[in-house]
Amino acid sequence: MTYIVKPANHHPNLEKNKLGLTRRDYEGTISTLCAGCGHDSISAAVIEACYDLSLSSDQIAKLSGIGCSSKSPSYFLNQAHGFNSVHGRMPSVATGANLGNKDLLYLGVSGDGDTASIGIGQFMHAARRQLNITYIVENNGTYGLTKGQFSATNDQGSKSKYGEINTLSPIDLPTMAIQLGAGFVGRSFSGDKDQLVPLLKAAMKFKGFSLIDIISPCVTFNNHVGSTKSYDHIREHNESISSLDFVPIGQEIKTNYAAGTKVDVPLHDGEMLTLEKLSKQYNPLDKGQAIQSLNEAEKNGKVLTGLLYINPDVKDHIEILNISDTPLNQLTENELCPGSKKLNKINASLN
Amino acid sequence: MNKIASINEFVIKFANVNGSGSASANQMFAKGIFRSGIPVSPKNIFPSNIQGLPTWFEIRASEKGYLGRKAGIDFMVAMNPQSYAQDVAEINPGGYLLYDSSWKRDFKREDINIIEVPLTSLCVDEFDNPKTRLLFKNLVYVGALSYLMDINQDIFIKLIEEQFKGKEKLIAPNIQAFEIGFKYAKKHLVDACKIKVNQSNLTDGMILTNGNNAGGLGCVYGGATVCTWYPITPSTSLAESYKKYCDQLRVDEKTGKNKFAFVQAEDELASIGMAIGANWNGARAFTATSGPGISLMTEFIGLAYFAEIPVVIFNIQRGGPSTGMPTRTQQSDILSCAYASHGDTKHVMLIPSDPKECFEFSADSFDISDRLQTPIFVLSDLDIGMNDWTCPEFNWDDNRKFDRGKVLSKDDLDNMESWGRYLDVDGDGIPFRTLPGTHPEKGAYFTRGSSHDEYARYIEDGEVNARNLSRILKKFEGAYKFLPKPIFKQETNASSNGLIYFGSTEAAMQESLDQLSSSGLPIDAMRIRSFPFGPQVWDFIDQHETIFLVEQNRDAQMKTLIVSEGSVNPEKFISILCFDGSPITANFISESIADVLSNKNTAKSAKEIK
Repeated sequence: MTYIVKPANHHPNLEKNKLGLTRRDYEGTISTLCAGCGHDSISAAVIEACYDLSLSSDQIAKLSGIGCSSKSPSYFLNQAHGFNSVHGRMPSVATGANLGNKDLLYLGVSGDGDTASIGIGQFMHAARRQLNITYIVENNGTYGLTKGQFSATNDQGSKSKYGEINTLSPIDLPTMAIQLGAGFVGRSFSGDKDQLVPLLKAAMKFKGFSLIDIISPCVTFNNHVGSTKSYDHIREHNESISSLDFVPIGQEIKTNYAAGTKVDVPLHDGEMLTLEKLSKQYNPLDKGQAIQSLNEAEKNGKVLTGLLYINPDVKDHIEILNISDTPLNQLTENELCPGSKKLNKINASLN
Repeated sequence: MNKIASINEFVIKFANVNGSGSASANQMFAKGIFRSGIPVSPKNIFPSNIQGLPTWFEIRASEKGYLGRKAGIDFMVAMNPQSYAQDVAEINPGGYLLYDSSWKRDFKREDINIIEVPLTSLCVDEFDNPKTRLLFKNLVYVGALSYLMDINQDIFIKLIEEQFKGKEKLIAPNIQAFEIGFKYAKKHLVDACKIKVNQSNLTDGMILTNGNNAGGLGCVYGGATVCTWYPITPSTSLAESYKKYCDQLRVDEKTGKNKFAFVQAEDELASIGMAIGANWNGARAFTATSGPGISLMTEFIGLAYFAEIPVVIFNIQRGGPSTGMPTRTQQSDILSCAYASHGDTKHVMLIPSDPKECFEFSADSFDISDRLQTPIFVLSDLDIGMNDWTCPEFNWDDNRKFDRGKVLSKDDLDNMESWGRYLDVDGDGIPFRTLPGTHPEKGAYFTRGSSHDEYARYIEDGEVNARNLSRILKKFEGAYKFLPKPIFKQETNASSNGLIYFGSTEAAMQESLDQLSSSGLPIDAMRIRSFPFGPQVWDFIDQHETIFLVEQNRDAQMKTLIVSEGSVNPEKFISILCFDGSPITANFISESIADVLSNKNTAKSAKEIK
């Protein structure tokens, strides 16, 4: 039995957000992942981001594929509908769900096996279609649930728990997503909540495909010396290129970034992303530079994190398809069924 | 020389090279007969290729309404020297061969009537552009046929005007080409042909259309808002029909925005995944595919079955296995659909027999799918899907309401103490659904393909899982109440022999039953229209000593399904199987049955008979 409900009791004076909800209201069931799993930190970051943005859980749909990562949507947002689909196929289910109701916020949770191997085709096409989703990859470089096989994001030369050396070159999901035209691409580390929470908030507010590749160490199968996805390795090699603030509409922008390093990116509905560039040369609006920087970092054994690329002008899948303002699942018979008179005309065209 | 003389009963075949523009001319000829009031069944027999290979177009015209394919050709229009030998061999003695006599030939058949029309020379004389000359050859022979068979030329002039509406410049030269043929025949071919079309009114209230056109339209009427699909012959035109009718009927006049979504997916896995996702959100969604696509979709079909998500899947069957014969027809996906996916799964199937039923079953399928919360297969085939059929007009009852099934509203949830997504409240095995975004605090649950209890919670308790599987079976067993019932050819049973058939075999059936009756072998016939089978199907089987089961596949798949789903004696079934990719003929069915009944030979199969 792996379904464990959390007790609902909590301290009466917990801090509340604009909706009058506490962080506890955004929780899910108790995690059954291994103690110390990076994925649980990501769940906590999702809870924090949704709390901060005062989102209504019932207006969020959380979807996943199969694997340890894909179990984690159970561990946040109890009041949101969830869909644990089949291995590697979350993007298509999310695409359909979005077509059916464009007004929900879609959180996709996947892993490196689910996205970079079995589901790579669907991932690529969802990015290409500019599906309006926050697509989280909980990337640990290993197949945890089947006990430690290499995944396609595992670095060449990295060592498995059993001493085997990975001989294949890795797939870099952010590079691929940028090339495919994704509007928002970031990378973070499950252990860096300060970076991750604002990145998640910005991604959720972004209209279009937003990928966050989150290095999330697997404590059981990929956290040893010789692994390039261990807590120690990532802490040593993390190179953050930006820090981010999400500024909701109507709120004053209060950042204390040094002059010349700040970039403001306006989002669709008047909200604003404020970005501090930690590297002066880096321009996250420049696709070519983003890809080049990622390639260079990889060559130097660094893991580039932060908001890597953003294109605030993209049209999402719904806009591309020119779909009605009323979500398709709310259209009624009167709006959908043309009736007998029009059918008679069609009959007349066929005789 | 003997000449076949026939009025309103004949088979004409056109042998062409594909990519030469012949299909639209041949279709126009078929429509000309239809507009003369005679039922027709045109069949396009085409290669899986775009240009250069032999292609045929067969039209059967029958005032008796016998519209199944019929072997033996009364009139052959041979336009392809590559296939002359085989085309000429097919002509019935006393039949006619029209060919392009710009290059004269000796066909070495004394028993047929050769009609020479120098199509190429006529076009070269009249038209300058080489491409135009090629295309217009087709209209020249239509013109000649119009004269030869006495089909009112005004009908064709009007058809040309309709076809090129919006491209007015093309009307005059097309009419000119038609008239070249007509005038040539009038001058040189008087009394050359004794096959005639006499104006009638037998097609009043009828339409000439194909099942894919009808199926796409049915989706519009059934309230489908999402079509996600991947191109595959012979299903592609169903998705395209949906789009065509949506563009006409589902664009908001004020905003210009679409009240539908049409997405060409990256593969069949994605197309079914998207359809499931949309239905999960309560938007009616479907996908259209053929056998290979079904194979790819099976994992998702199992998910929709087990998580109880409605979804409509059109399978326009083609010749299998594997890539098989993509442009030929079969009924060979009965089992792969009925039991699609791993584990214990069974699926509802609707089996239309003509475009009219494609329209109706298509619209119905969304109600049934919502009602039963399960995948629904609409099992058509290439013959129905891609060929035009003479069938009754579509109709729609404006009082009809969509049946969205057991979906809880916000008010419903407010008035409920507790709710379980997979709880059988009504005793029919059908639980209540909620849609995301309905209620701020109630009704959220986790949809999953892993084992779950009545409250949608993940469990690994075998007993709970078995209980859930049994409930789903209960739902399935009651499904027949919502499905189209079988159709009987007779009011009361009169024979100890019964015949069961389904789908496109309908076209050949009446003729076949009439042939059997006139040979003193009357037989009761039942057409199955859905699965799971209801009591009427079982009763019919019980009431007959012998059951002939006619199928267009090798392995008697429907028989396997019947035998595995009911307590019936497999020994009483005799299979009549046609699986050569051509639509089954009446003669094949009645001869097979007559042979069995007269010789008591029960080992007939298509291979032995053909």
